Parts: sequence; C-alpha cells; structure tokens
Amino acid sequence: MEEGVKVVGFWPSPYSQKVIWALKQKGVAYDYIEEDLSNKSQLLMKSNPVYKKIPVLLHGGKPIAESSVILEYIEETWPQNPLLPKEAYERASARFWIQFGAEKGPTFGSLFTSTAGEEQDKAAKDALEVLKILEEQGLGNNKFFGGDSINLVDLALGWLAHWFQCIEELVEIKLIEPTTLPRLHAWVENFNQVPVIHENLPDKKRLLAHMKSIREMSISAK
Amino acid sequence: MAEESKVTLYGYSPCPFGKRVEMALKLKGVPYEYVEEDLTNNSQMLLSLNPVHKKVPVLVHNGKPIAQSLVILEYIDETWKNGPQLLPKDPYKRAQVRFWASFVQQQLFESMLKEFKTKGETQEEASKELFEKLKLLEEGLKSFYFDSDRSIDTEHVGLLDLVFVSVFGSYHKVQEEVLSVKTIDPEKSPLIHSWLTALLDLPVVKETLPPVEKMVAHIKFFRQRFYLPQLNDP
Repeated sequence: MEEGVKVVGFWPSPYSQKVIWALKQKGVAYDYIEEDLSNKSQLLMKSNPVYKKIPVLLHGGKPIAESSVILEYIEETWPQNPLLPKEAYERASARFWIQFGAEKGPTFGSLFTSTAGEEQDKAAKDALEVLKILEEQGLGNNKFFGGDSINLVDLALGWLAHWFQCIEELVEIKLIEPTTLPRLHAWVENFNQVPVIHENLPDKKRLLAHMKSIREMSISAK
Repeated sequence: MAEESKVTLYGYSPCPFGKRVEMALKLKGVPYEYVEEDLTNNSQMLLSLNPVHKKVPVLVHNGKPIAQSLVILEYIDETWKNGPQLLPKDPYKRAQVRFWASFVQQQLFESMLKEFKTKGETQEEASKELFEKLKLLEEGLKSFYFDSDRSIDTEHVGLLDLVFVSVFGSYHKVQEEVLSVKTIDPEKSPLIHSWLTALLDLPVVKETLPPVEKMVAHIKFFRQRFYLPQLNDP
C-alpha cells in the first residue's frame, strides 16, 4: 500500500498533465490539488521553493519538482507498465528526445506570441524545422516515440497532440498536416486515441479561451 | 579491445560539458579515445554523429552515438559498474540529484555565460541573477546533500559533483580574473565554497579540468572576438 501521492497542478498546463498521464498509465492512485497560480499556496511555495512552479509531486509528504524529474521518479518507483526502454542505449535515446523537446520550448513560445508579419513567418519556419526533426529522427517509422506503445517521450511531447492545435488556431497557421508531416500527424491521432490520454485532456474550448487570453496578454506586454 | 566496444569522446576543451563526461569515464576506469573538435569549424564527423544539435560532447560506444552530457552521464552509470555510482540507488535521492544537476546546468551556467557575454548594466543584472541562484543552491544543499557523514573522495563522487565542478571548477577563477567579479565567496556561500574546494582537490578533477590560464585566455578571446562585438550590432 503506497503512501499518499499528491499532484499539485494547473488544469491548462501540459506539464502537470504529463505527470497525471504517467500515474494513470501505471495505475497509481493520487490526490489532485488545483493550484491558483495568481495566488500561490503555502504548499507550493514550501514544496518548490526554487522555482515556485507546478507541477509538484508529493510522495509520502516528500516533494519533487520539474516534470522531467518527476516522470523519471514515477518510472523508477512504480515499474509496472514501463515507460522507458530497458536497454541503456535506447534509454539514452529516449532521454535525448525528452531533453530536445524541453529545449525547443522557446521556439514554440515565439510562435505562440507572434503576430502576423516577418516575425511570425520566421517563428513558423523555426517551429516547422523542429517538427521535421521530431518526425524524421525522433519518430521515424514508429507509431509512437516509444515504438508500438507510448513511453515517456510521447508523454513529454504530448502537448503537440492537443495544446499545439490551439496555438495553430490562434496564429492561424497549420503546421502539423498530413501533407507536410504525415507521420507526426498520424502520431497526433494515435496518441489522442490512447485511453489514458483520451480520458485525461483539458476541455478544448476552455483551453483555447485560456490560451487566447494568455496570448493577448503577452502581445500587449511586448 | 574489440572495435565495436571502443569508446570515443568528441569534445571541445574549454567546454565544461565534455569535461564532466571525461571525469566520469576516468572514474569508471573506461578506456576511451578523446577527439578534440574545433567548434569554430564543425567537422563532417560531428555533423554525422549529432545531426540534431551539431554539438559536443558526443560519446560513441559500440559504434552508436549519444549526445547531451547529462544523458551521457546516466548512460555511463548504467553501462559500467566499476568505480563510484554516479547516481544513488534510492529514487527520491536520484530525483534530487537530477533536479539540482539541471539547476546547475541550466540556471547557474546560463547566468554565468550571460555575465561573460555582456557588459555594463546588463552584466550587473546577470551577476545579481547568478548570486540569487547561488543562494538557492546553498539552501538546497543544506537540506539534502551535506549530511554529517558525507565525504568527498574518489569513491564517492557523483553526477551532481561532476556537473558542479565542471561548471564552476575553472570558470569562477576565470570570472575573477576576466571580469573582476568574485562569484563564490566563502562567507556568503560557505557550503558551496567548501564543496568546490574539496572537489578541486580530487586527482581526477585536477588532471581533467583545463588550467585557469588557458580558460582565461579562451574567455578573453571569445569576449573580444564574438561576444562584445555582437552587443554593438544594431
């Protein structure tokens, strides 16, 4: 019987969603605590004094922050339904792609806050380049980044299967299309059909409205 | 040694990320060939080994390339069981090592680089940032890293030690010389200072990190040639 597991998260965040996906995939029971980021709780400040950000996983009262660190912890603590390959080189490959995805965050951030014109064209071009790399070298001919089934890489990149569509809609540019990125496009569909993912996604309309207001705030702040 | 099990490390000597990999290989007693890459002139070999980032370090083992220094360190720990364990066995302790390694790598190193790449007010901001982050590290270390019976010696060097000493080992002295900035003050950051001092005393660190004079010359060159001129661009 495991000691209490708590997830401190924020409903629109893909970072807290990946933690939920991993726990659900492994059948680990947890309590979810929704954080109001405009008024951060004592719990959050105490559990993540360095970054004061979600998600935070608490296991038996001990906090772990940073989603990639949390995912590895989940994998090591609950080995059922493994989400990382057993073989060292393949694990290194998986970790490489997780890090790659994390590093390229700002590229997509630039696209998200861009407005029509040169700035947006460049941002779209940069984002497309990253997506091409993910398709050709990350995914290859596999159904998922994890091969026949999803693994931590799919979870780490999972935001591309739901949140990115909101970005595409807000900037009015479609990048992941069956003609330009056929395998990545197929991956999006397949990923969204995995039961654990399908049942654990924020409502699209609500998410779009939320992202729209964030985008507007960022643009006016420039 | 069979050709396939040969280990080759592609690095660039002023770069701390390759240094930490070298130290890990030495600690584990893994024979390897080191190839110096001139980063100002990317070789074809590097482009074929790390087509995604085109960066060093890259470790090649059994003919297969691995990039990203933290990924490489975990691979080394999982593949070679001699020498110290770079990561603890306990998942919670492993999480803490990974958390702080990423903090040193991303937060601290970025602020340090910013200091080198800027001047005037921007540089002062970077120094302030760096100092605030060091405070966070000092606090963090208190609660998890330094229990009374922890000793720093060749049998107990871990991933976080390697990441930390590769970033701060030479660089903080270089900062003092090039920028006249004292980063690691024994009074303001006593734990960090004593940790760094103990690490710099280890034979594997002494023989792997580039000498301070070489680093000073390198940073001065890069500052003059690349960083400062870029600041004046419109």
